[in-house]
Amino acid sequence: MTSSLIGARVPRKEDYRFLTGSGLYTDDVALPGQTYAAFVRSPHAHAVLRSVKTDKAKKAPGVIAVYTGPDLAAAKVGGLPCGWLITDVKGQPMKEPPFPALAQGKVRHVGERVAVVIAESAAQARDAAELIEVDYQALPAVVSAAQAKKGPALHDIAPDNTCYVWALGDKAAVDGAFAKAAHVTKLEFVNNRLIPNAIEPRSVNASYSRADDSYTVYVASQNPHVERLLMTAFVLGLPENKVRVVAPDVGGGFGSKIYLYAEDVVCTWAARQLARPVKWTADRSEAFLSDAHGRDHVTVAELALDKDGKFLAMRVRTTANLGAYLSTFASCIPTILYATLLAGQYTTPAIYCEVTAVFTNTAPVDAYRGAGRPEATYVVERLVETAAREMKIDAAQLRRKNFIRQFPYQTPVALCYDTGNYEATLDAAMKIADVAGFKDRREQSLRRGKLRGMGYACYIEACGIAPSNVAGSLGARAGLFEAGEIRVHPTGTVTVFTGSHAHGQGHETTFAQVVAERLGLSIEQVEVVHGDTSKILFGMGTYGSRSIAVGGTAIVKALDKIVAKGKKIAAHLLEAAEADIEYDKGVFKVAGTDKKKAFGEVAFAAYVPHNYPLDKLEPGLNENAFYDPTNFTFPAGSYVCEVEVDRETGDTQVVAFTAVDDFGKLINPMIVEGQVHGGLTQGIGQALTEGCAYDETGQLITGSLTDYCIPRASDVPMFKIDTRETPCTHNPLGVKGCGEAGAIGAPAAVMNAITDALGVKDLPMPATAQNVWRAMHRA
Amino acid sequence: MHAFQYHRPTSSKEAATLAGQKSEGRYLAGGQSLVQAMKLRLSSPTDLIDLGTIKDLAGIKASGAAVEIGAMTRHAEVASSPEIKKTIPSLAAMAGMIGDRQVRHMGTIGGSLANSDPAADYPAAVLALNATISTNKRKIAADSFFKGLYETALEPGELITAVSFQAPKRGAYMKFKNPASRFALVGVYVADYGSGNVRVGVTGAGASAFRQTEMEKALGAKFAPDAVANIKVKPDGLNNDLHASPEYRAHLITVMCKRAVEQALK
Repeated sequence: MTSSLIGARVPRKEDYRFLTGSGLYTDDVALPGQTYAAFVRSPHAHAVLRSVKTDKAKKAPGVIAVYTGPDLAAAKVGGLPCGWLITDVKGQPMKEPPFPALAQGKVRHVGERVAVVIAESAAQARDAAELIEVDYQALPAVVSAAQAKKGPALHDIAPDNTCYVWALGDKAAVDGAFAKAAHVTKLEFVNNRLIPNAIEPRSVNASYSRADDSYTVYVASQNPHVERLLMTAFVLGLPENKVRVVAPDVGGGFGSKIYLYAEDVVCTWAARQLARPVKWTADRSEAFLSDAHGRDHVTVAELALDKDGKFLAMRVRTTANLGAYLSTFASCIPTILYATLLAGQYTTPAIYCEVTAVFTNTAPVDAYRGAGRPEATYVVERLVETAAREMKIDAAQLRRKNFIRQFPYQTPVALCYDTGNYEATLDAAMKIADVAGFKDRREQSLRRGKLRGMGYACYIEACGIAPSNVAGSLGARAGLFEAGEIRVHPTGTVTVFTGSHAHGQGHETTFAQVVAERLGLSIEQVEVVHGDTSKILFGMGTYGSRSIAVGGTAIVKALDKIVAKGKKIAAHLLEAAEADIEYDKGVFKVAGTDKKKAFGEVAFAAYVPHNYPLDKLEPGLNENAFYDPTNFTFPAGSYVCEVEVDRETGDTQVVAFTAVDDFGKLINPMIVEGQVHGGLTQGIGQALTEGCAYDETGQLITGSLTDYCIPRASDVPMFKIDTRETPCTHNPLGVKGCGEAGAIGAPAAVMNAITDALGVKDLPMPATAQNVWRAMHRA
Repeated sequence: MHAFQYHRPTSSKEAATLAGQKSEGRYLAGGQSLVQAMKLRLSSPTDLIDLGTIKDLAGIKASGAAVEIGAMTRHAEVASSPEIKKTIPSLAAMAGMIGDRQVRHMGTIGGSLANSDPAADYPAAVLALNATISTNKRKIAADSFFKGLYETALEPGELITAVSFQAPKRGAYMKFKNPASRFALVGVYVADYGSGNVRVGVTGAGASAFRQTEMEKALGAKFAPDAVANIKVKPDGLNNDLHASPEYRAHLITVMCKRAVEQALK
């Protein structure tokens, strides 16, 4: 094979089934004896459950069972666990209040589950759910992070609604640097709460077999093994070997499908009680109320500079809203995945960040595309741009003055960047964006009654959180490796089993490219299987842009073992010493001769071992590998955004957006571009259109798509994107990951552009027409 | 959605008779608001009386400067009608701005008016174009039709059959969209009938559509954008929600009116 499949724009293998409606999603799974669940959800943000009367519902047509919190408690069903223990500034563990699958005595956010009805049809379950009479004694609620400490206590163990106060960095050094700074830039802002809205709502279909006392759980999840581990070990106390979790085709996740949700637990438990499969699929309204939300920080951030614009120190105080309960990874997002990113691309020598995480009467908050890193990038890049304006230094120049240029680079906030070239991406972005021509474009816009502004964002991202032992020392309660298996069939075709999970990312193509390239096969000869605990040896799943860097590397390690065994077989077949066998893209050769065996011949010999060293070697050609990375990967990039603001209405359009990213080596540039497009659109959405709003009583105002504005195609320009490449130094593919970058870098770039257009220091996200109009009228 | 009885009458008389018998029944026109509310269980009529197959409710009739649009005429038909494009081009353009393609092929003028959503587009047109709303019982002038939030002059069971418009000399509709729903945050329809007779219909801003008489007077004196550009609308009583405060809506009325005049003069 002459042209390499690595780096090729191979059309996605999975698109035929997705584009023709032939995918199989959880809700498509219909099992014999199927039943349907409907949940009764709290209409109050905070209330005591005085009574829950289920008699009428139990007698309603088609109803099989009704369960409430006390039923689960009596059955000793545990609460939902949190996967990361944060230790606070005083060395104490974070407050971990119980998170019951169905409310016990009290509800703490609108949409919390109070009861479940299981019926012969979904409509009957829903009708009966309306017959359940709940007597709520409403309590005062608190919704905003800023107010949480003074609000009514949600949980007895956290009377001031504080889960933890955590800090990272050298406070004394930072305070010292601020004391002698020539200039200090200070910003106070809210990083707006977002509601994920994957196109496929959450869904679960759980069944129990009395024949072998086993469970099968279909669930829209990003990590079926993690779902199984958490559900069996921490909640239901089931033997893991008796539970199969399948995450079939999943229609998007953005983080919201990482977690173990109460509905999954309730349906699985109920399936055992009834010995019938129980299905639940969220409608969009339930998704708004009960999917884990993202972001929601209140931050005061300061940057100290010397007179020439060299960064001396950064000081950040953040209050992070965790919602009513601790979702699976909620605690590590505003800490481990946030404060550690505050060095950005710069040599800031001293950084201190203090995070107060609070409970409020809102839906739980957890990782959402970027997870901590968009919030960190927003802090850094809004500060840097604002400092440049205040000090009248060109914003690009100020960045260059402070770029990290020596690698590896140890930041003052725990991370060690292995490689990067920030100058290269900024140079390319400025050229593609025609920064030099901006002044002319600004004048042209003004003639049309529009204010034009330009903003940069130079982000850093940390992907593939690792290694497991370091994460463990920081509080992780799970490993962060990945597993892969290569099964070579007798005729030389291959099935790849990966613990990564694709829910839109195109792994079936990208991973197949890696394997086909290495084994000298065509892409059609490689099948990628994921998402089923009964097929995959283990997996930590897909989040944090980890799949190619961690899951891909596990596959490469398994491939190495295949090749090593293949060499032994080939040596035997070619009557040569193993040391003399060379392998290149599907061909085993005796070095310096024309003696060779194709990969397929070796595979066949392994399964039909007539001429085979059976005394020394097992037949078969199947290998697996676990890979635990030695470090994060560090994608980075430079974004340039231009906006136009309608002076009369405040309507703001992103008219140009340039993104130059360094993701290391690219396997499939077309898929990478798609990831960048999606990420940028979500990032622009956070900046311009998306903002979750609760009223002061805890009612969700943005409870549907008529009020919560997800960006449309018409809200974004044709993106100008390119890449620069510094291969990751610690994985064999040299890859870094690309799934979240756009959502991480875009909000700061957009807001830097809008503040430039308006000549204001700051305005809140989302910069809706009304918010921009208000900012213009304040200015 | 709760269960309901579905009826398919073939005449408006039969539809009205059914409505008289089913006190918790509802007429089903295009279903673009009602069916959504039913799916969310916010509305649970016992009976749906589908008007879709009643022939005398559909169709467009133009004669001279007048246009009559049957109540069950879909927005897409109004948007693409050669008669309306010729007689009242601004009305065809407005119909083409309603919702999205799917909505425009299902939604009807009668359904939109009977529902009187505060952010619907047609109410602004009906007021600005001084339309007459015909029902199975009477004719109602546009000015006496809208009574408040989702409230109209229609009596229980009363059925809109057609809406008649008089063509203005010139007119235009400008809409500032709610970013999420794409309904009108503020929509302003300006129609100039000559001799100082200018009508301005505003939607999205209040409990129901209303006329902006201060702007009508100013435009009657001089039909030009600068005639209204400096009019400060009072925010009192205007809608207040996440997307726009009364002050912002008041400001948008002026801007959209000015832009509608600019458009009408093109």
